[in-house]
Amino acid sequence: MQLTNKAKLVDRKPMSIAEKIYLPAIFKGMGITFSHIFKKKVTIQYPEQTRPFSPVFRGLHILNRDEEGRENCTACGLCAVACPAEAITMDAAERLPGEEHLYREEKYAAKYEINMLRCIFCGLCEEACPKDAIYLTETFAPANYSRQSFIYGKDNLVIPHPKENPEAFTKAKGLIDERKAKANQQM
Amino acid sequence: MILLAVDWALVLEKFIFIAFIITVSLVVALYMTFGERKVAAWIQDRVGPNRAGPFGILQPLADGLKMFFKEEIIPTSSNKILFILGPSLAMITAMLTSAVIPWGDKVELFGRTISLQIADVNIGILYVFGILSLGVYGIMIGSWASNNKFSLMGGLRAASQIISYELAMGIALIALIMITGTLSLGEMVKQQQEGWWNFFVQPLGFFIFLVCAFAECNRTPFDLAEAENELIGGYHSEYSSLKLGFYLFAEYINMFISSAVMATLYFGGYDIIPFYDESAWGFSANIMALLGAAALFFKILVFIFIFMWVRWTVPRFRYDQLMNLGWKGLIPLALFNMLVTAAVILFLKK
Repeated sequence: MQLTNKAKLVDRKPMSIAEKIYLPAIFKGMGITFSHIFKKKVTIQYPEQTRPFSPVFRGLHILNRDEEGRENCTACGLCAVACPAEAITMDAAERLPGEEHLYREEKYAAKYEINMLRCIFCGLCEEACPKDAIYLTETFAPANYSRQSFIYGKDNLVIPHPKENPEAFTKAKGLIDERKAKANQQM
Repeated sequence: MILLAVDWALVLEKFIFIAFIITVSLVVALYMTFGERKVAAWIQDRVGPNRAGPFGILQPLADGLKMFFKEEIIPTSSNKILFILGPSLAMITAMLTSAVIPWGDKVELFGRTISLQIADVNIGILYVFGILSLGVYGIMIGSWASNNKFSLMGGLRAASQIISYELAMGIALIALIMITGTLSLGEMVKQQQEGWWNFFVQPLGFFIFLVCAFAECNRTPFDLAEAENELIGGYHSEYSSLKLGFYLFAEYINMFISSAVMATLYFGGYDIIPFYDESAWGFSANIMALLGAAALFFKILVFIFIFMWVRWTVPRFRYDQLMNLGWKGLIPLALFNMLVTAAVILFLKK
């Protein structure tokens, strides 16, 4: 049964003289390598140029805020439950009077940590979140000198404030929205 | 009473010239490492080193600096003296050959005629062969002193390979010597300037010589001495920092010198254009000598490029295939070439 058209019959003919003296094959090979000198280079000059990500790329996480700068996360723990690598831990706290501008709901995450050494970037936390709070961005997981610094707290995760730092916010937000749109288009 | 009059100006002029040639070969070897990486990159559709300085031209300096500052390890079970002698010997023998190569014609300077050749000895090509066969001692001593089986295997391979290919190289050269009737490299270049380049007379001989030169320089496809997939790193497994650098560097100088020898023997040396009398251009002797030196340098660069080109095309031979090619392929071919040349000379002289 033929599955692909890549199958080739084994050629057991004795070699011709041209094949035996080996040189024509070498010259042919040299011709091939020489022609590659003039071909287009595939190198991407990394710090200056970056490669576009696939629309389904999953990078580092962020914790989202709404348009007024309030944190979306209510510390329900669904992401931690969904996480197959058990990388997410959190402590919930109750919002005090006067903190309405900080947290959207009455409950919030006082501590939210993702261990990036455990995380497998599967994106299940993103899918589990009922409050649109956690997203995976198009950022690489950076290198670090100690294992401790791979545990990302709220200071590393929460998106920049939309009013205090609108530029950084739209940048972070834009990447997500653009990506989602692209992914939706493809679906 | 003066028994021996010493021409001090000659000594000085030779001294300066030797220093100059050594500097040039070191700089060329330095930039060959860069060139090698660039050629490799181009052939593999990459860009190659381009970060250090404009177009990456400071890369060799950065590499050299790295070699200097790396930790130097001498294995405790090694023979310390021989361990240090190995790379030094490889380097010295690589440099020595440049003494008999005519780098250009004569130059008139300060009322003196200066020959652009360190020593025009009348056994020039024998000297080259003598030094070349000494070159393997650097590798062998290094591999023996490392006290490591894999290094020793690499050294053994290098030794047997160089001995095997030296034979074919010598026989190919005998055919050339029968035609030119001289062993002096300077004389050979003069003959080629007036007549044909030896390549047109001895294409087969040149080809055998080229293949053997690849083997003698330990270049791919004949770099069996340093097969990393079988022998860790080959003869230099135990070497680190600048001693390793010396071994690698000696290989590049060897390439430079053997390119120079090939250009001199078969491609007219400092002759600029074949079958053409360049004196018709009416330049002064000094300028002609410089142009000739530039022509030789260009030919050398072309050969170096071929060395690199082949390296990134042809994969490494297996050891038995290498020996087969040397003993059963090249030596009979060289003998055949010699006999045919002898017959033709005999026929034409009658």
